Amino acid sequence: MTRDDTPLLSVRHLSTEFLGLDGPAARALEDVSFDVFAGRTVGLVGESGCGKTTALLSILRLLPASGRITAGRVLFDGTDLLSLSEREMRRYRWKEMAIVFQGAMNALNPVMRVDEQIREGILLHRLLDVEAANRRVDELLELVGIPSARGNQYPHQFSGGMRQRAMIAMALACRPRVLFADEPTTALDVMIQAQVLELLKSIQTELGLAIVMVTHDLGVVAEVCDSVVVMYGGKVAESGTCDQVYNDPQHPYTQRLLQSFPDLQRRSQDLASIPGTPPRLSELPPGCRFEPRCHARIPLCRQVGPPLVALHTPAVARPDETPYLTGHYAACHLRLGEEVRL
Amino acid sequence: MSVPDPVSIPPVLEVRDLYKYFPVSQSPLDMLRRKPLEYIRAVDGVSFALRRGEVVALVGESGCGKTTIARTVIGLEEQTSGEILFEGQWVGASQRRLRAGLAPLEASGPGSRQHLQFPKIAMKRLRQQAQMVFQDPYESLNPRATVYEIVAEPLVVHGLSRRREEREARVKSALEEAGLRPAEDFLSRYPHELSGGQRQRVVIASAMVLRPELLLADEPVSMLDVSIRAEILNLLNDLRRRSGVAIVFITHDLSTVSYFADQIAVMYLGRIVEIGPTEDVLRFPQHPYTKALLSVVPVPNPRLRRERTILQGETPNAANVPPGCRFHPRCPQARERCRVIDPDFVDVGGGHRAACLLVEARDDGSGQSGARGT
Amino acid sequence: MKRNLVEFWRVFRGNGMGILGAILVASILVVAILGPAMTPYEPSQIVRDADGRALIFAPPSVHPPLGTDDASRDVFTQLVHGARISLAVGFLAGFIAMFIGSLFGILAGYFGGWVDTLLMRATDVLLVIPDLPLMLILVATLRQMDLHVSPLAVLTLVIGLLYWTSTARLIRSQVLTIKERQFVARARAIGAGHWHIIRKHILPQIMPLIVANTVLILSTAILVESGLAFLGLGDPTQPSWGTMLNFAFDRNAVSNGAWWFYLPPGLAIVWVTLGCVLLGNVLEEILNPRLAMHHLEGEQHMVARREESRAEGKGCADHDSG
Repeated sequence: MTRDDTPLLSVRHLSTEFLGLDGPAARALEDVSFDVFAGRTVGLVGESGCGKTTALLSILRLLPASGRITAGRVLFDGTDLLSLSEREMRRYRWKEMAIVFQGAMNALNPVMRVDEQIREGILLHRLLDVEAANRRVDELLELVGIPSARGNQYPHQFSGGMRQRAMIAMALACRPRVLFADEPTTALDVMIQAQVLELLKSIQTELGLAIVMVTHDLGVVAEVCDSVVVMYGGKVAESGTCDQVYNDPQHPYTQRLLQSFPDLQRRSQDLASIPGTPPRLSELPPGCRFEPRCHARIPLCRQVGPPLVALHTPAVARPDETPYLTGHYAACHLRLGEEVRL
Repeated sequence: MSVPDPVSIPPVLEVRDLYKYFPVSQSPLDMLRRKPLEYIRAVDGVSFALRRGEVVALVGESGCGKTTIARTVIGLEEQTSGEILFEGQWVGASQRRLRAGLAPLEASGPGSRQHLQFPKIAMKRLRQQAQMVFQDPYESLNPRATVYEIVAEPLVVHGLSRRREEREARVKSALEEAGLRPAEDFLSRYPHELSGGQRQRVVIASAMVLRPELLLADEPVSMLDVSIRAEILNLLNDLRRRSGVAIVFITHDLSTVSYFADQIAVMYLGRIVEIGPTEDVLRFPQHPYTKALLSVVPVPNPRLRRERTILQGETPNAANVPPGCRFHPRCPQARERCRVIDPDFVDVGGGHRAACLLVEARDDGSGQSGARGT
Repeated sequence: MKRNLVEFWRVFRGNGMGILGAILVASILVVAILGPAMTPYEPSQIVRDADGRALIFAPPSVHPPLGTDDASRDVFTQLVHGARISLAVGFLAGFIAMFIGSLFGILAGYFGGWVDTLLMRATDVLLVIPDLPLMLILVATLRQMDLHVSPLAVLTLVIGLLYWTSTARLIRSQVLTIKERQFVARARAIGAGHWHIIRKHILPQIMPLIVANTVLILSTAILVESGLAFLGLGDPTQPSWGTMLNFAFDRNAVSNGAWWFYLPPGLAIVWVTLGCVLLGNVLEEILNPRLAMHHLEGEQHMVARREESRAEGKGCADHDSG
């Protein structure tokens, strides 16, 4: 499987805010950058309010009415998605990039048969005629492990695991190159979760799919993802390969987060917790957003927000080109490195 | 950790052969055709016990019956049959039936239409000494009640501490023990003004204000952020050390209980399939289901390569429990006899037992030689 | 509580319809309260002009502000006094209906079982029978029975006893939802009895809905009273607006072109009914628990709900342990 060195999707300095009813806007995302490569999985990890779902919705431009993207570029195959009109954007949605939402029960139309819903996407993009579309639906059902006999049932007749598979089938209908998954297994039992993750991995291998997975579960990320982006308070705290971030965490938040995540294999350590709560996105401190809860803070942290720096030299395809984010990065004053300018 | 009792003090909670069946409602057509009643066998013969200060984790996936057990123990459901002994005393339907000279329930079939009433006084006393912590900190608190009212409610309901100062003092001390300090700050707040972790502390405070002997915690941390879970788990641990409260910890998350429980009971489709001291069960799992679960629980270690036993299919509906060993359709090690024989528990020593035909009885709890307990 | 009121007011004042409704209702209330103080005449007082002649069907240009009727009585006075009657009967009947409806709704929703079946079948029976004929028969019969009860009381009772059905259904469905919420389960687990749970947990949740619904019921009651009075079932000695309309038609105000006699009471009825409906709808929108929960919710929480098991969740929900 050849893996390209150029990223399929590049998010650069993405910033999004939500307008409040009265009062200041909530700065849900600020200066978020990461790269997505074909055939590989990126994990977007964080807790409530860190902005990971907002990042997905911003990339696909599916934000609710109160949301606005205020800065940044999203480069897909060289085209900046944020500069497209809504009509142009629709050609990308589902065809190039598809999304599997959290809580599949709500994303499926309860009064439409499952195979009809899968077919809908195909026919909307006018990729195939009805007969070919039907064949494709059968293919997809087989791909995700749903017996074709059950294709014409309604969503409520499916179990949670099967609904999630149906969602994945729908997302793959138009052969997208990037699959976004928002907490795809959070509401599922651990065994079904394992089945669904296994399914995603096998689909990825078979189709060369790039996957961006949003989750709060560090275990899932370690099992499934190649690289990870740790978010906090709307910004990137740390990013890198899973190996780098898990075994050599540089940001205090990452360190504590890993310590607070129970590890079935290494039970001797105590579980840590982080005092306090994540910041309200409408009342952000001027300096580092993690500073109030940080165990390693210095006075500078309260005044100035730390930039994202490269801890080791990033692997660059060509020296004169924009650096791709394939190295280990952290945004903390205590970590020195070259500031990433994109 | 659990140590055999020198004196036989009855365990705080003992559940014996608990069954809870829910009848599946029939359409009039079915009734006309005299279709036999089907039952959802939510709890299908469960027994366990816990002593003072002990933590037992009931672990399993959805539909295994763990929440139903908790609801039955606390009295939100009536058991179909079986005994719930609280400090050696009977609670509930079976006792009354025996007193009334009625035949044991097995004869008349589970879920018979006689309406079983709990003796009100005994139930009320049970509720004073056993309390429940619910899963969802956003839902288990009345949005229109203040923190004070919520924590004082158990006192109000049971007519305790009628004087205002006394009541307030007890509420404050419960809040402080639950980590909400200073308590005065919280008394007049509403749930929506608190974070998830704080709300869960309020729930715990209100459960502990009566100084119960038993706490049933149903997924107490599943809906909290990861970085806050440890706080709540540590709080529960503290409480049991200080007050000796016994805890039944219900969860689907094997990783969490590994830090916290003395005993783990793994449940599948209404039965406990394996039970024993935490370390033993996690290190030397006996039942194929336990082994499979342990092999797929995600572990935050990207360098770990392991053999994962991913079971096919899903847990069957509790209305259609497979014959023989209920796990056999999905079991990677199933044999012919597993289809026919419903396994009893096999003792592997040290209080560790598993219900599987392939497990051999042992003495040392593990399958490895070595000193184990007394 | 206070925070809720502040929050409520903030949302309410931004709603044009609601404000309009409130103004309409408030103005009529003021008129009803001030009542007789607003006019120098008595309702049955005969008005005479400067020369001592009676003014029969005098238009407002001759006798401001609203002219006189066929017996030379000031229409405006009658209107103002009628306000009191209409509102009194309407409000009282409305409150009776609301009370019965809420009570039945709570009992049916909370206890379920045969209580629910009984009450809901009663509701169905009342819904099936057409109201107006039923009320006509009831009022007429009761009046024949010579019970020495004021006709207005009869009217109030009949309306109140027949109009509780929609409230009952509404409250019942809301109670059914609340009953399943986790904080109610928690209260039961603590050992709370039925009345404690109803008082402390259920009632506070449905109060806003009751309030909103009451306003709507009031408008219905006023309208129904006017209708019945118009048909002659009111009390002629204490004329409400409906009764005024009855007089107007009976006494040939229409053929005499005395629009100042039949238009004002009609408009007044529309005025107050419109006000109540606007206000009631807006209140319901704002206070509907599904919407009201939103701003009480605080931050979003991203740790998803675990899926309810088919067996456990279904079993628990189906089996009503009351």
